[in-house]
Amino acid sequence: MNALRYTPGDRVRVRAAFPPGHVRTPYFVRGCDGEVQEIAGTYPNPEELAYGRDGKPDVPLYRVSFRQSDIWDGYTGPADDTIVIDIYEHWLEPAE
Amino acid sequence: MTIRRHHDMGGLDAGPVETTEHDYAMWEKRVDAIVKVLSTPDRKLLSTDELRRGIEELGPGVYDELSYYERWISSATNLLLEKGVITVDELGTKMAEVEARWIKDREAAE
Amino acid sequence: MSHDHTHEHDHGDHPYQPDIEDFPFTERMVMTQAVAELIVEKGICTADELRQQIELMDSREPGLGAKLVAKAWADPAYKARVLEDVGKAAAEIGIDIGDIPIKAIENTGDVHNVVVCTLCSCYPRMLIGLPPDWYKSRAYRSRTVKEPRKVLEEFGTHIPDDVEVRVHDSTADLRYIVLPARPAGTEDWDEHKLAQLITRDSMVGVTPAKSPEDL
Repeated sequence: MNALRYTPGDRVRVRAAFPPGHVRTPYFVRGCDGEVQEIAGTYPNPEELAYGRDGKPDVPLYRVSFRQSDIWDGYTGPADDTIVIDIYEHWLEPAE
Repeated sequence: MTIRRHHDMGGLDAGPVETTEHDYAMWEKRVDAIVKVLSTPDRKLLSTDELRRGIEELGPGVYDELSYYERWISSATNLLLEKGVITVDELGTKMAEVEARWIKDREAAE
Repeated sequence: MSHDHTHEHDHGDHPYQPDIEDFPFTERMVMTQAVAELIVEKGICTADELRQQIELMDSREPGLGAKLVAKAWADPAYKARVLEDVGKAAAEIGIDIGDIPIKAIENTGDVHNVVVCTLCSCYPRMLIGLPPDWYKSRAYRSRTVKEPRKVLEEFGTHIPDDVEVRVHDSTADLRYIVLPARPAGTEDWDEHKLAQLITRDSMVGVTPAKSPEDL
């Protein structure tokens, strides 16, 4: 297992990628910036498991927090509202 | 290209949440049990992600037309066919047998 | 393939019989039956194992989660263990949550948590049973991430603007259970009585726990 690339508090950007197959990163958050809140362990890669393979090597999973107003144009709720999404490491890159 | 797949619906517009619900029917519980039993670590004939992938590949029309456990059994059955656990012929023969039996049982009960 | 008659359970020689409420039967119901019989005939599993799995899921209901939350309310040290590791904390009170990890998130005076799965319908089923229809609906899955306060209002839940609404999109390997805030006026209540306040919906985060006057 390689060292984890991110630690809690790191600013990250979700890759703006749009592959046609099975992935677990919601469309609406791709390209958005957030902050790593917690490391949630490592798991077999679902993008491999989905096609009948063993999912190795395991991939780290992060709980990433986003401000709602950074995701949605014209979010109508208070500025402090957030959304936390579980995102695998290979979907994250350092934020600018 | 920014492909948004049909099941990936977070943030889309939709009507109000209807908070009605139903008790699960026995056949729905059976679908659930089939999937869980086939995915135990000693069998690994199915994984959750394969099941999800199969559901996503049902396509937009079927996805919306089928109920939750109808999607599950459709995906699980396709996976069993793909993996050669059952054959198309076995499935067709067994489905015809089950249907005939149920019709007969019902008529006998009348 | 649709039939509008009911059915009597009068044969014992088949592993399953359709239930009265299953009629009229559909193509997928027949498919389910056929697959169940085929995997048993092929020796992949036994009919007993399928039955036991159904019984296991029938035994999973919101009362289990309520028991855990009530103990967490009553015992701060236990709450800390729940927040650390739900599986271990559940095992302490005799609940086996299986191999899918569940994470507990706590409502406080400053934060209200609500759980959704936008990609499918991930749900902490081993702790609170199978999900209700609305959790799996297009409306809930689509809108909760974008207009959570509006969705919560549809459940009759108003969250003041000075409380952060934190949505959890449960899309990966974790499942989530919300620890609702303990209502005022329950300071001298025991766990058994507290558990009556804890509903399924409050553990998904769409409503608060009941208040004492609701009982």
